[in-house]
Amino acid sequence: MELKLKLTDYRTDVHNNWCPGCGDFGILSSIQQALFEMQLNPSKVAIISGIGCSAKTPHYINGYGIHTLHGRAIPYATGLKLANPELEVIVTVGDGDGLGIGAGHFVHAGRRNVDFTVVLYNNEVYGLTKGQAAPTLNIGVKTKSLPKPNINQAINPILLAFAAGYTFIARGYAYEVKHLKELIKQAISHKGSAFVEVIQPCPTYNDIHTKEYWSGKGNIDPKTGKEVPRYYKLEETGYECIITDETTEEEYLNKISKFHKESI
Amino acid sequence: MSKNFGYSWLIGGAQGTGIERGASIFINSVAAAGYYVFGKREYYSNIMGEHSYYYVRFDKKPIRSHVERYNILAAYDAETIFRHSTEALPEAAIIYNSLLKAVRLSEIPTIEKRLRNEISKKFNLEPNKLNLSLILEEAEKNGVKAFPVDYTEILTTVSKKTGESLSELTIMNNIIAVASSLALLKLDFEVLVKAISKTFGNRKRVIELNTLVSELAYNQVNSKGYSNEFNLSLPKLENNSKRYILNGNQAVAIGKLAAGCRFQTYYPITPATDESNFLEAHENIEIKEEISNLINEEKEFLKTEGSIVVMETEDEIAAITMATGAALAGARASTSTSGPGFSLMVEGLGWAGMNEVPVVITLYQRGGPSTGMPTRNEQGDLRFAIHAGHGEFPRIVLAPGDVEEAFYDTIRAFNYAERYQLPVILMLDKFLANSVKTIEKIEANKVKIDRGTILKEDELLKLKQAGKEYKRFEFTENGISPRVFVGTNNAVFWNTGDEHDELGHITEDPIIRDKMMEKRMSKLLTASKEIPMEEKLNYFPATKPEITIVSWGSNKGPILDLIELLKDEGIEVDYIQVRILNPFPANELRGLLEGKRWVDVESNYSAQLAGLIRENTGLKPNYYIVKYNGRPISLDELYIAVKRTITSEAPTRQVLRSGA
Repeated sequence: MELKLKLTDYRTDVHNNWCPGCGDFGILSSIQQALFEMQLNPSKVAIISGIGCSAKTPHYINGYGIHTLHGRAIPYATGLKLANPELEVIVTVGDGDGLGIGAGHFVHAGRRNVDFTVVLYNNEVYGLTKGQAAPTLNIGVKTKSLPKPNINQAINPILLAFAAGYTFIARGYAYEVKHLKELIKQAISHKGSAFVEVIQPCPTYNDIHTKEYWSGKGNIDPKTGKEVPRYYKLEETGYECIITDETTEEEYLNKISKFHKESI
Repeated sequence: MSKNFGYSWLIGGAQGTGIERGASIFINSVAAAGYYVFGKREYYSNIMGEHSYYYVRFDKKPIRSHVERYNILAAYDAETIFRHSTEALPEAAIIYNSLLKAVRLSEIPTIEKRLRNEISKKFNLEPNKLNLSLILEEAEKNGVKAFPVDYTEILTTVSKKTGESLSELTIMNNIIAVASSLALLKLDFEVLVKAISKTFGNRKRVIELNTLVSELAYNQVNSKGYSNEFNLSLPKLENNSKRYILNGNQAVAIGKLAAGCRFQTYYPITPATDESNFLEAHENIEIKEEISNLINEEKEFLKTEGSIVVMETEDEIAAITMATGAALAGARASTSTSGPGFSLMVEGLGWAGMNEVPVVITLYQRGGPSTGMPTRNEQGDLRFAIHAGHGEFPRIVLAPGDVEEAFYDTIRAFNYAERYQLPVILMLDKFLANSVKTIEKIEANKVKIDRGTILKEDELLKLKQAGKEYKRFEFTENGISPRVFVGTNNAVFWNTGDEHDELGHITEDPIIRDKMMEKRMSKLLTASKEIPMEEKLNYFPATKPEITIVSWGSNKGPILDLIELLKDEGIEVDYIQVRILNPFPANELRGLLEGKRWVDVESNYSAQLAGLIRENTGLKPNYYIVKYNGRPISLDELYIAVKRTITSEAPTRQVLRSGA
């Protein structure tokens, strides 16, 4: 007799100490809902994190939760998955965690195409150390903890993931939980290394790319004169970018160029 | 002294010209003739051109060390003779390429300035005036016999007979040196032919060519009457027992296979990589149909050959963390590195300690600090291995002393790791890693696999039905909490590098912190109590010892040979070899050492083991013998140094400095 698992079966009673309004809540909820909708056995799920706000995620999910070292979630996850391929392995990393200290591992995971999902929480700042610039913060931007505007270029996680060889690449938004949940489900179902970048406001330290900013504050549609969100759903624009062995070179170049344009 | 040391042979040439291959043919030949072998390799951190040599000692009885002297020097370049001419034993032979007699010291750029000056001074001639002829003349004055071999004539003949180009054949200079040596020793030619086949496996053409070259070398040596002029010979010994020739890298690798290690990671580094390469040659991955375009034969091969996943990682941080991940999922997992790599692994070591994950690290020491001397020997990482990491966490550190122990201790390392749920560091060094030795046998059954306390699915179900939650870090009497592999049904748990509660969730509660810290650390006490004395240290007793030698690791070889040598002179010495360095066997050592006159022997600057002994027992050695020039301790220099401690002529601290 198969007992249907409830959404609450994927939660723990650990007190959640993220800041109120943090985008992490949306990501956590998307992951839990994805696991629930896929009815995955919690004993076959392993959530691996590094260090930072994102790294607390495993403690809030009822599954094997491995909270590791700064930047090192990916090699731990690789070892787990290779030693037990039955596991559904999900890596939750932050922007600094995944693309700063852990950039090397991030790139090499793409080379290997191990069957796991990497969810990158991108809020452009180091939250847990009080808001320093993360590798995804654009040049010239001055978030509130920075004494001077950022002098470094930003890494584009999507393009980096592509160059490294990830075979599923997506971007979601932390407050579009339903949409994000679907992306995560697709990523989990994908056989190979899947990468989901999540745009995630940090209400405490990122005063530039806030929830309001993404919702469209000051972004007036000249036709309607109304504020429109600064994000849209790619699949609603007719975008499609699946590359298989059958894809011709011409199709490939065409798709890659669209992919490149959308990634920016 | 020569008769006590058996036979010694040295082959030298430029790196990349087949020194090691030549040495293995030589070793296979003398081993096939029934002799015990010890072989040591010295090379620069370089691929082509620098001086490299291989030293082989062989005897009718088991041997475990080298002496810095030779009976035969087999050279095919001039540099080897410039460097080693004065290490000859009385009546030794030097085999050289007759074409090279005019080569001057100044023409050899790979001899370091300091050494060039030293040689020049010794012969009282400017480097541009000192040629090989003069060096050989000087050696002959001291009783050495120099035998010119016409390498070119041999290769030209082969080229004519086979049609191979002369330039292609120059790689066979090594076999000329080897065959000439064996001819000089009057070894039955057929033994060499078999050794060549054995060395090259199924490469028929290579075997043919090497055999032909060897035959011509034998003919030349015999027709010129060299073998009659040389007084040593190598009669074939009757020996029916099966023996093995292994080096430390291989012994550990085979130990890992025997231990059921299923996951090995590595980042290339000297002198550790050979271990992983050996395992890689035996790995097995089952390829699933849908992701594979391999042919069935290849699939079958991958499935049936070997049983281990070997991962070359992007760096050593990934190496240890990936192995730890695999260990969490229940695989016996390990990584292998040297000092610089271990430096990078330290954060991963701490995490494994904090989360009580059984992971084994083979640490091959080499000359440090920093990049140090990548291809040279040292035992400089003992304190580092014991203390590596911030904060305090338990780990077991063990150091086998020879090839046999390397095999058995590797299996024990996994047992300790799983039984006490902690990282285990298995320490070797370049000397042990790269030296080959004849061993009688290895018995995989001698050490039983012990995976510690593991809860399975059905036991967890019972726990669940009883309304109890599985606690990964449950407080227990002996500090050991039953382990569950990630992926086991009816359980979940959490890990974190943060301090945690019994479930594995972050806590900063001072009471739980104390309890958890005490639980973790108490595992060392448990291990100390449970591990038998014979695994912690080896004691080689003597009835009336003149002095007690205390040492660790690869020094065991020269020390045991020294004990035999002294016994022949009627001098007794006993020896304590510390094998488990953490938890430190303080009580055991105190019991053995109290009231004794003892000498500490180590291959490092600061006598790290002696420091640990003093820290843990309050006892201090009467003498120190240390060495840190990157070369392993030789039997002859140890003989002199230890003898001086017996006669009380020795200063408190003696530094050994031999080795080329």
